[in-house]
Amino acid sequence: MSQYLWYALVGTGLFSIGLLGLILHRHLLRRMLALNVMSTGVFMIFVALANRNSALPDPVPLAMVLTGLVVSVSATALGLVLIEKVQRQHGTPVLPEDDA
Amino acid sequence: MVIERYRPFTVMVAVVVVTVSTLLLVWAIGSLPPESPGLSAQVSANLINSGVQAEVTAVLLNFRGYDTLLEVSVLLTALLGVWYLGPFHITSDTPVRGLVMDNMVRFLTPVMILVTGYVLWLGSHAAGGAFQAGALLAGAGVLVQVVRPEWLALRDSRTFRGLLIAGPAVFVLVAAGMMLLSGSMLEYPREHAGSLILLIEAASTLSIAAILTMLFTGGRPHPGAGN
Amino acid sequence: MTLMEYLFDGLLGITLIWLAARAVFAQSLFGAILSFIGLGMLMALAWVRLSAPDVALAEAALGGGVTGALLLAAYNRLHHPTSNQMNQQDGH
Repeated sequence: MSQYLWYALVGTGLFSIGLLGLILHRHLLRRMLALNVMSTGVFMIFVALANRNSALPDPVPLAMVLTGLVVSVSATALGLVLIEKVQRQHGTPVLPEDDA
Repeated sequence: MVIERYRPFTVMVAVVVVTVSTLLLVWAIGSLPPESPGLSAQVSANLINSGVQAEVTAVLLNFRGYDTLLEVSVLLTALLGVWYLGPFHITSDTPVRGLVMDNMVRFLTPVMILVTGYVLWLGSHAAGGAFQAGALLAGAGVLVQVVRPEWLALRDSRTFRGLLIAGPAVFVLVAAGMMLLSGSMLEYPREHAGSLILLIEAASTLSIAAILTMLFTGGRPHPGAGN
Repeated sequence: MTLMEYLFDGLLGITLIWLAARAVFAQSLFGAILSFIGLGMLMALAWVRLSAPDVALAEAALGGGVTGALLLAAYNRLHHPTSNQMNQQDGH
C-alpha cells in the first residue's frame, strides 16, 4: 500500500467517525467537535491525493487546504458563539427540536 | 463511549448512511490514478513570473489570489457575526495568575512576535506566509488576553477597527489598483509582484491576528477612545 | 519505503483514528476537547510526512492552537458561566 493511499484511508476514517458523531449527538458542542473532525478528515484526503506524483506534491490542493483550514476556524468560532446564545435562551445547549 | 440518540432506528439509519458514504469514498479514492502530477508542472514553470520562490505561496497569493481575498473577507464576516451577537466579558471570575504563568507570558510574547515576523518573511522562499504568521500572532494574543488582558486593552475604537480591516482593505486596494493599471484584477506587474505580495501578506497577518483574537473573546469589546 | 517509514505512518494513522474516536465519542466533553487538540497536533506531524510543511505550520497554529482555545473557552462559558454573563442582557 503506498503512502498516499494509507493516508487517504485514514482521512476517510476520520470523516466517517465525524459523520457518525454529527448524526448521533444532540449536544451542540459535541456536534461542533464532530464537524471539525470531519473537516480534518477531508483535508487529509485532499493532501494525500495531492501527493500522488513522485516529485513535489501538487501545490494547488495544498493552497485549498490552507484556505479551508482558515475558513473552518472562522466557522467554528461563529458556531460556538451561537451555541452559547442557544444555551442562554433554552437553558441547555441542545436545539429545542432535539430536546424531546 | 457515549451516543445521545438511543432509538435503534436512528442508530441503524446513521450506521447505514455512514457505511454507504465510507464505501463510496473508498471506491472514489481507489479509482483515481496512482500517478497524477496535477498542476505542479504548470506551477513550477510559471514560478519565476510569480514574484516568490515557494510554490504554495505563489499559488495562494498570485495564481489563485482571488480565493485568498475572499478567505480574508470570510474571516472578517465571521467576526462581524460574532460582534453582532453581543458584547464580550472576561471568561472567568478568577483571573489566571501565578509565578509560572506570568513569567511565561512575559517571556513568550516577544518571542512569538519575532517568530511571526520571521515566518511571514520566510513565506517568499520556503514554507510560511501570512496565514501561519497571523495564526502565531493570534496565539500570542490569546495568551495575553487570558493572563494579562490589560496589555491588550481591547476596545472598540477606530484604530482597532482599522487594524481589523487592514488586511482585506489592502488586498482589495491592490486588486483594484491592478485593475486600473492593466485591466484585469489581481494581475501583478512582473517586477513588482514580490513586493506587492509582501505588502498584502504583512497587512493580512496583522488583520488575521486581530480577528482571531477577537473571535476567541467571543463578542464585541466596549467602545473606547476615538469612537 | 523502508520498514521504519511503514511503521511510523501506520502507527500515526492508527493513533489519529483513535484520537478522533475519542474526540467524538468520549464520555466527558472536556476529555473529548483535549483529544481534539491532540488530534490537531498529530495532524501537523502527518502533514510533514505528506510533504506539506505550510499546511503543517497552519494546522499546528490554527487547528490545535486557535480551535482548541475556542473550544475550551466555549466549554468554559457553557459550564461555568460567570456572574456578569448570567446577568447579561441579550442583544446589543
